[in-house]
Amino acid sequence: MDILLAIAIMALGAVVLGAALGFASIKFKVEGDPLVDKIDAILPQTQCGQCGYPGCKPYAEAIAKGEEINKCPPGGVEGVQRLADLLGREVKPLDAEEKPKQIAIIDENTCIGCTLCIQACPVDAIVGAAKQMHTIVAPLCTGCELCLPPCPVECIRMEPIAENIDNWKWKYPVVEIKAAALKEAA
Amino acid sequence: MLMNLFKFKGGVKPPTNKTQSVTLPIAQAPLPSRLVVPLHQSIGGTPRPVVAAGDKVLKGQLIGEADGWISAAVHAPTSGTVVEVAMHVQPHPSGLDALCVVIEPDGRDEWIPREAVDYKALTPEEVRERLQQAGVVGLGGAVFPTHGKLTASKTVPMEELIINGAECEPFITCDDLLMRERAEEVVRGIGIFRDLLQPKKVLIGIEDNKPEAAAAMRAAVDALQEPFLVVPVPTLYPAGGAKQLIRVLTGKEVPAAKRSTDLGVQCFNVATAYTAWRAIAHGEPVVSRLVTVTGNVHAPRNYEVLIGTPMDELLKLATPHPDTDGIIMGGPMMGFLVPDPHVPVVKATNCLIAHDDRLFPPKPPEMPCIRCGACAQACPHELQPFEMYWFARAKNFGKTQEYHIFDCIECGCCSFVCPSRIPLVQYFRFAKSEIWAREREKNAADGAKARFEFKQLREEREKAEKAEKLARAAAAQAAKKAAEAAAAAAAGGDAAETAAAAPEVAPAAVDAAKEAKKATIEAAMARAKAQREAAQPKNVEALSGAQQKEIDEIEARRQVAHLTDADAASPAGEKTE
Repeated sequence: MDILLAIAIMALGAVVLGAALGFASIKFKVEGDPLVDKIDAILPQTQCGQCGYPGCKPYAEAIAKGEEINKCPPGGVEGVQRLADLLGREVKPLDAEEKPKQIAIIDENTCIGCTLCIQACPVDAIVGAAKQMHTIVAPLCTGCELCLPPCPVECIRMEPIAENIDNWKWKYPVVEIKAAALKEAA
Repeated sequence: MLMNLFKFKGGVKPPTNKTQSVTLPIAQAPLPSRLVVPLHQSIGGTPRPVVAAGDKVLKGQLIGEADGWISAAVHAPTSGTVVEVAMHVQPHPSGLDALCVVIEPDGRDEWIPREAVDYKALTPEEVRERLQQAGVVGLGGAVFPTHGKLTASKTVPMEELIINGAECEPFITCDDLLMRERAEEVVRGIGIFRDLLQPKKVLIGIEDNKPEAAAAMRAAVDALQEPFLVVPVPTLYPAGGAKQLIRVLTGKEVPAAKRSTDLGVQCFNVATAYTAWRAIAHGEPVVSRLVTVTGNVHAPRNYEVLIGTPMDELLKLATPHPDTDGIIMGGPMMGFLVPDPHVPVVKATNCLIAHDDRLFPPKPPEMPCIRCGACAQACPHELQPFEMYWFARAKNFGKTQEYHIFDCIECGCCSFVCPSRIPLVQYFRFAKSEIWAREREKNAADGAKARFEFKQLREEREKAEKAEKLARAAAAQAAKKAAEAAAAAAAGGDAAETAAAAPEVAPAAVDAAKEAKKATIEAAMARAKAQREAAQPKNVEALSGAQQKEIDEIEARRQVAHLTDADAASPAGEKTE
């Protein structure tokens, strides 16, 4: 009899807790994959497709499913490092060459106004109309280079963003000391 | 007059080195060979140039228009010709270029018509507007546009207006001399600020190593019968920091991430009050400022210098010793070596120190941190510089922010006391600029993401709209066909039945629908007719008589058929039945 009572109690407990878990999984259901959002927040959002995926979000989804983390050249080595920290994976060297940040510039004398680059731009950073000159809204350009291949007259070039007083950064002090030592030696 | 003063924690007492430059009165610096006036001289938006190369300008003429509310106008410092509007090296640690207006003086130093106004007859908005137009900015070093600080908070009553005459940094004496020689105009300028902000008390804080300046200010306050209090504060670097001076004079501690206005306190520099008075009561925009020229020079002195004067020309006036190897802008604690001796004097330039190895011996090498805590004891902001240093060195910027790196005023007390001679402030500047850069990148990435998502949304919507349009067109086509068939059937019915019976049988709605259908059919037929007529028959020239006859016969048949078609549907109806 005792053993039956014990089994009944355990069974009741299992049912009650199971119901509670089931309720919680419906009530506190997380929409979407939070990991994908966290990965997406680290990616640089250039939407350049250099990783082989059509945008940063699809690559984030692929990473969450096990894709390599070193396929984002705009994110750089630091991006790989941060992804490795987030996911607990090993840091790998970047799968491509790291380039300095750049923006696209349209040579306005050559532009024929074909609108092909406007359609290619993932962030709507090119303005213009058919048979009218196009131009790039520099602050919005992510430097993804997607506008280069469609241009029939090759009037778009990439230029690295120059240092100016507004984006200038103080250098790491240790480096300065090394430089001073070199100067003394010379 | 006795007032209870408070203390701020920390602080250091570096040798003041002020006596060298106070022996001589303020001198007017002669006109330089050319003036390079940077457009961006204050916090906020970069003013837009309103002159071009070749323009003649007068002294005080607007050359850069304020861009936005937090931005201050820039004016021609003397009369002459604009040589170019181009990029030139800036007095900035980066040594980078920025847009400047270069003026060649004509030697006449001719003013624009100056309009003196009685500010009491103006509304506060007009006074603020005038200050912005005159380019009045904080001359203590931060160059924040003054008009932006002259709006009293609506929620917090204005308690104290603090006027900063502490001038705590070694070597600098320009505010001291200004108060000694031009106290009356400083006090009148403070009167403007007082009238705009309506504080309960006005306190003028002057470090007690400047008794002559304090006496002159007291005399001016008495002469003008103002209720301002001139308060000597203990000489302790950095007593001239806004938050430190507020602490000393009022005992109020401005919390992190809050402004002094949230506590009902506002703070201005004495030189700012002076330029505000000149701007309002004399119509003179800020085209010059007092600059202390000292250090490794023969005759240290304060000069009234036009903005844009090349620093090497100014330094020559004080005859620097031959071993001078650089120019420091600002004081020895917070200043920096300018990247090029030709850089211009700007509104933020309060002092030039000729640099040599005797005055500023080269720093011995940096040693490891021994965790002595001397920096934390010296920090006037009660921060823990050693913690911030470790994290900045390890590039762990999140942690530096947890230790409130953005409350650091970069006063240099920690580096001054560090027994290991670690350039702590440089680490903090590095960390701050990295954090700002990351913030900018994050914002750019967020913006790009939003734009990308919007573009995708728009493309999907356009696709859906196109599909819908196509579906609608197909439906319309089908409806038209059905309507034609129905109209044909109805016409047949009409012919069969009597014309009078039809309206009685069909309700009004059906009638209307029928009318609409009829109209579309007629329109379609008209279109078809137009098309037929537009399609001209070919080979109609040089026809033989037989051919012409044949054509005429066909045309006649067509005409008959066409007439029966257009006239009534009865034959068609007959055909269908």
